[in-house]
Amino acid sequence: MDLKELYRDVILDHNKRPRNFGRLEPSDAHADGHNPLCGDRLSVFVRLNGERVEDVRFEGKGCAISTASASLMTEAVKGKDKAAIGALFAKVHGLLTQQDAVPGAELGKLAALQGVREFPARVKCASLCWHTLNAALDRGASTVSTE
Amino acid sequence: MAAIGSVMSAIASNALPTPAFDADSVRKDFPILERTINGRPLVYLDSAASSQRPLAVLRAVEEYETHTHANVHRGVHALSQAATEAFEGARERVRRFINARSTREVIFVRGTTEGINLVAQSYARPRLGPGDEILITALEHHANIVPWQMVCEQTGATLKVAPIDRRGELLFDEFLKLLTPRTRIVAVAHVSNALGTVLPVKRIVDAAHEHGAVVLVDGAQAIPHSSVDVRALGCDFYTFSSHKLYGPTGIGVLYGREELLAAMPPWQGGGDMILTVSFEKTTYNELPWKFEAGTPNISGAVGLAAAMDYVEGLGMEAIAAHEQGLLTLATAELGRIPGITIVGTASHKAAVLSFTLEGVHPHDLGTILDTEGVAVRTGHHCAMPVMTFFGIPATARASFGIYNTERDVESLVAALHKVREVFR
Repeated sequence: MDLKELYRDVILDHNKRPRNFGRLEPSDAHADGHNPLCGDRLSVFVRLNGERVEDVRFEGKGCAISTASASLMTEAVKGKDKAAIGALFAKVHGLLTQQDAVPGAELGKLAALQGVREFPARVKCASLCWHTLNAALDRGASTVSTE
Repeated sequence: MAAIGSVMSAIASNALPTPAFDADSVRKDFPILERTINGRPLVYLDSAASSQRPLAVLRAVEEYETHTHANVHRGVHALSQAATEAFEGARERVRRFINARSTREVIFVRGTTEGINLVAQSYARPRLGPGDEILITALEHHANIVPWQMVCEQTGATLKVAPIDRRGELLFDEFLKLLTPRTRIVAVAHVSNALGTVLPVKRIVDAAHEHGAVVLVDGAQAIPHSSVDVRALGCDFYTFSSHKLYGPTGIGVLYGREELLAAMPPWQGGGDMILTVSFEKTTYNELPWKFEAGTPNISGAVGLAAAMDYVEGLGMEAIAAHEQGLLTLATAELGRIPGITIVGTASHKAAVLSFTLEGVHPHDLGTILDTEGVAVRTGHHCAMPVMTFFGIPATARASFGIYNTERDVESLVAALHKVREVFR
């Protein structure tokens, strides 16, 4: 297990200076995510234009993996429609959980999360923001949990 | 039996010279410590979550399972009698370990959590009603919060919480103010799992008894670190788990004063807890079996007894002195690392060291320590109100046991420097 693979520079940078951090006001939808194992919480806010995510922000307290993943996610999904976001999450999920997944160009900076798959205990840290975003987009559930 | 009891308490009260403590020799009794983790020697600093087992315990369990096992209290055949002897012998071993008056006061349960739930449902629930209060402290483990919340929902009683200060010490005057004639039960940790604070249990018990309240002590974190004498403490209930005392998982003990236990209804119904059953009326068994429905964890009890033999062989005072030495060293060493804040700085602590490192989430810290072979607990330690009080989501917690050495503290310090390197 290589720590440098997990804590790549991109991850450390987005942890230190998370992009799109803070509440989005006004927003069309938001959801809260919770990882009861480590106590991490984060909220994702979206502003929609039809099916398209016009703006997205997040706030919360979490580990470097969860903070960086949320930061990278907000950059990646801004401007995309729900279907494209769903497809992107499927790619990210594959990257986090499948040993042989090769990150395609469509992942962009999200490819930095590849090292997480060597640390199974941390996969939920990286996926919490995506589940929370999905909940916000569904506007059904207001709190999601990794458990 | 009475003679053994008085001899034991005489030994306990005489200050024997502390035997020399050799942690390196202790380590040889724990095969798991020879393991490597991520190519590094295992540095196990998570005994407060669960301790490891010495060969003496592993062998006692194996010996029982290999040569002695049958069901207890049931058969006339030789094995059943031998198993019953082993199981009831373990109960007597526990009685001596905690200095209970009688084995009728020693109930085998699954662990501390079950012990607390048993008292909550069998002692508290039938007795409490609206206007009654249960008093706990702000540093309790969830297992000493939630069972009481459930009783409050069931009975209309109210849960009161005595506050702590920033060092993690109980504000005793505030505790006294919350103690009123309405207080029926006081439930406190002997040692805080998240902060290491040792609570003044004897003073708590005396004050509670003055108000006519019954006291339950959650001894999960205290039992491995020092000798516990339930009669000297004067508590009404004391409960602990085997697996934090170098014994097997799935077994623990609830001590209760006989008068209280005798007046309590059974908690679970089934075999072994009855004398006679007809469809019209069932007569419950005597203590302690009244509270032990179903086939018990026999090998677990045997293992727990072996663990008690083992630690008493080392000497509880010697263990306490050894662990205090490690705690003092680790507290000083971690204090020298920039950005480290120790959470829980009570004047009297057990070998539990909770801390945070500025700019690094405990979860990341735990992962990096793990790659160095250093096992610590990270998270809220099942004490979320404690984390809320300190305004943090989580801490990292290093906890020390009989097999830890100064080298383990050095490894922890070196690994923490590695964390700072990664996150610089």
